Amino acid sequence: MTLSEQLQAPVVWRGLGQVAVATVLAIVVLGVSYARNLDLERELGMAFVRGFVQVIAMGAFIGILFTVPVAWTAVVLLVMIAIAAWISKDRGEAVPGVLRVSFVSILFGAGLVIVLMVWAGAIAPTVRNLIPVGGMIIANAMKTNSLALDRLKGEIQSNRAQIEAVLALGVRPETVITEYVTKSVRASLIPTVDSLKSLGLVYIPGMMSGMILAGENPLYAAEYQFVIMGMLFAGGGLTSMASTALVGRYAFTAADQLKRFDGDTAPEG
Amino acid sequence: MEPKLETEALSYSVGNEAIIEDISFAVPEQSVVAIIGPSGAGKSSLLRLLNRLDEPTGGTVYLDGVDYREIEPQRLRRRVGYVPQEATLRSGTVTENVTTGPRLRGESIDRDRASKLLSRVDLAGYGDRAIEALSGGERQRVAIARSVFNCPEVLLLDEPTASLDANVEQQVEALLMDLIPEFDLTCCLVTHDHSQAQRLADRVARIEGGRLRQFDTPSAVIE
Repeated sequence: MTLSEQLQAPVVWRGLGQVAVATVLAIVVLGVSYARNLDLERELGMAFVRGFVQVIAMGAFIGILFTVPVAWTAVVLLVMIAIAAWISKDRGEAVPGVLRVSFVSILFGAGLVIVLMVWAGAIAPTVRNLIPVGGMIIANAMKTNSLALDRLKGEIQSNRAQIEAVLALGVRPETVITEYVTKSVRASLIPTVDSLKSLGLVYIPGMMSGMILAGENPLYAAEYQFVIMGMLFAGGGLTSMASTALVGRYAFTAADQLKRFDGDTAPEG
Repeated sequence: MEPKLETEALSYSVGNEAIIEDISFAVPEQSVVAIIGPSGAGKSSLLRLLNRLDEPTGGTVYLDGVDYREIEPQRLRRRVGYVPQEATLRSGTVTENVTTGPRLRGESIDRDRASKLLSRVDLAGYGDRAIEALSGGERQRVAIARSVFNCPEVLLLDEPTASLDANVEQQVEALLMDLIPEFDLTCCLVTHDHSQAQRLADRVARIEGGRLRQFDTPSAVIE
């Protein structure tokens, strides 16, 4: 569907009316923020405008994508993974090789799940399905990767003396760092596990809601949502396991020395 | 006699900052060298280089005449033990800590030997106690036992008594004086305490500004 065809659809104009209502609500929040001196107007306002522009651009882009051959979705998903890796790297900024680690890990975790689920028939191999579902899996993998990197970086920085004391006993770096890797993977999966636990009780996910709103059988919507949650969990888990394992390797030199992360101080004396 | 450990023009820089510059000295087998110098002189950095925890930016270290860069790092560190200044122990029991090296290398643990070593460092019956329940002196003895249990040939000690009160310091020092000959250890000891250097060392290396200023007998270096 071309951009002009999309713009001519009546539903788009009806949607703009709904956007206006949501904007009014946001302006009310900004007004309250101003009245109460919360000093959030600028940040909230910018985030709101930025979010709107980004999501509309995405919608238009997906509409255009529907017109291209399905093979191009691989390129789009790769670009999404690259952007996710770029955003995620900030969390582990001081970690050696963090951008490469993030890209490889998200590619491995999210990519593997997307390929397997397409192969198993859980994601239809169409642009309409691959981009939004793939995007969800990649976004969750990015979140998990960020949490894992942030935690592992903190663990290594705060336990540097202990790690080096065990290295000095002639223990392999991979073994020394195992307990910190385990803690980081576990911490990174807490949000996904909590979402799974509260699924249907507290948390009614957007995808299921969307399917129901679009007239889909609620039971099938629930089943498919569970499939999505399973994919998010698998993609996130694989990503954080890969990234922590890679950081565990990149954090040491070839001579099994723990590298100094940016911001670390040199030993005294 | 060939020295057990020898540094040759050993240097270490971080960015443009020279931490260790051109240090050469030899440690004869089964002797004790104390490394002294003012705070920030580079003593601890030198000790870390001897265990190859940091990579020299110049020069090297020889262990039994072999350039230590030719020895696989894990093998080198088994032969050259290192006890850091803070007793950096892991949560768990005393025995788990003492046996850390072989246990994490997946080797079988000789619990009898661990138990005997604990008796030897005056911690008989402490094997099942939690590390968190130990005093500073006891923790330091566990840290020393952990290194000795690894069967090193050289033992590097970074201020082993710095954080202990005078009474406990004497006990740990006496323990070291017994353990070093008993386990045929060659030893490098960083200390700020000149009298401790005189009591324990055969040779003293005085470091200042990252450079070796003197390397001689304790009486010649320490006025």
